[in-house]
Amino acid sequence: MSVVVYVESQNGVIKKAGLEVASYGRAIANATNTSLIAVTFNTNDSSVLNSHGVDKVYNINTAEDSFFNVDRYSASLVPIIEKEEASIVVVSATADGRYLGPILAVGAQAAYFSNVVALPSSYAPLTVKRSCFTNKAFNESVSNQSKAVICLSSNAFGLKEQTSNAENLEGEYLVSNSTLKVTAVDKVTDKVTIADADIVVSGGRGLKGPENWHLIEDLAAVLGAATACSKPISDMGWRPHNEHVGQTGKPVASNLYIAIGVSGAIQHLAGINSSKIKVVINNDPEAPFFKAADYGIVGDAFEVVPKLIQKLRAIKQ
Amino acid sequence: MNILVCISNVPDTTSKINFKDENKSFDTNGVQFIINPNDEFGLTRAVWLQQKSGAKVTVVTVGDSSCEPILRKCLAIGADQAIRIDAVPSDGFYVANQLAALCKKENYDLIITGRESIDYNGSMVGGMLASLLSCPYVANCIQLDIEGTTVTLQREIDGGKETLSASLPLVLGAQKGLVEESDLIIPNMRGIMQARQKPLSVEAPMEIEAATTVKHFEKPQSKGPVKLVDADDVDTLIELLQNEAKVL
Repeated sequence: MSVVVYVESQNGVIKKAGLEVASYGRAIANATNTSLIAVTFNTNDSSVLNSHGVDKVYNINTAEDSFFNVDRYSASLVPIIEKEEASIVVVSATADGRYLGPILAVGAQAAYFSNVVALPSSYAPLTVKRSCFTNKAFNESVSNQSKAVICLSSNAFGLKEQTSNAENLEGEYLVSNSTLKVTAVDKVTDKVTIADADIVVSGGRGLKGPENWHLIEDLAAVLGAATACSKPISDMGWRPHNEHVGQTGKPVASNLYIAIGVSGAIQHLAGINSSKIKVVINNDPEAPFFKAADYGIVGDAFEVVPKLIQKLRAIKQ
Repeated sequence: MNILVCISNVPDTTSKINFKDENKSFDTNGVQFIINPNDEFGLTRAVWLQQKSGAKVTVVTVGDSSCEPILRKCLAIGADQAIRIDAVPSDGFYVANQLAALCKKENYDLIITGRESIDYNGSMVGGMLASLLSCPYVANCIQLDIEGTTVTLQREIDGGKETLSASLPLVLGAQKGLVEESDLIIPNMRGIMQARQKPLSVEAPMEIEAATTVKHFEKPQSKGPVKLVDADDVDTLIELLQNEAKVL
């Protein structure tokens, strides 16, 4: 028996999402009195996992094959899951984690639960709470299998510290016979992504034009936040589609979501509902977003946001 | 080329979500069902391939007879034929196995699912189906180019996109970007009339156990009203976020 967590890293450094699944895995290992095993790929230094209770780390070196390849990662994880006799495997709800989860579940002959928002309420049989109906409801689901893969919603559990002294092992990179190859990755590397962010600052049509986007970017910069936009903004090409949040865009589950000039169409709210605290700044007091928000300012974004940036800068200094 | 598009019958986004039978099942009373939006992006892309290169487009759903109106709509949009696997889609693993059984019989070149359904949001059927068929899967697919049996695709990732290549057969998870919302095909009268003549067959499911069972549903606790802060007083907003919400 053991718990295996797939800990994501980027440029050799473990991501926050990876530490969250390690924290979650540790809590399961504590509750079921078993050990926690982390698997990472191309990580330079995994010592941070000793602060999150990991007992054993397999680092897999993929050599010159530097891109995430779902079939190869799954093929490399399955033998470790089998060797360690894991009954629960945890992955992050990042784009890669959500891609890997179902493929890994079939490979490891495990049940699969996505959008899991809390620790299991029972381990025999495994029972988890997951969100559904695009965050408008939850369900309690039970596993009918002896193994399960859990995809943990971002920021659902948070980071918990527990000291450990992990044994470091090398895992084997197994290239499956799949024809799937990743040939190029094109992404912004100097910005926090929506999936990784604690805070997301989002803009809508109230910004009036792409030339005013600096308001969103400056506020995001002072908060260390990711930037996002509503659907019309990406449809009009002011911002790339990968910043569009909502039902047909990216899901957001940040601790703080600040919507500026976003009216709050039901499709938008569906995508951001699992954010913990929502703030809206909009000059229309009738905007539907005010019904979904925790805090709101009825006012002109062009006046309120610069003031907010100035005050926050003063605090941060 | 033979294309299969897997369709999910889901409640319209604006539907009120309620549960019945002591919160054990979804209350469909008064709910309008639609083609899952991500599946519709995929269907539109498939119809383009049909128009361009004469591909044959089959749509399939796993569900009872109440799903037939959306299959007819898919036929009106342009699919050539529809299959309904007559079973309750109890979980993603069960559905993926039903689809895999059909795919093994029919040898589709390209299998399109939506990146996720907007009801159970499992985003698992595509990946599981590909694994069961031992073929590649590309999630969150925003571009598709087919040259013979070689396929070049793009997947949306956190903060950007990546380019992948693979050979047919292959499964992809469609989303907005593969086609745009303005590209979606609204069936015209001719399409609707033709759809009535197109074949819609009903097949028996294979025997397999679901991997998971939903015990019950619950709705989130209703939150309090918004706390409004004066537009001249951003200090108060910052103070509330720091000390009350504790998110700064």
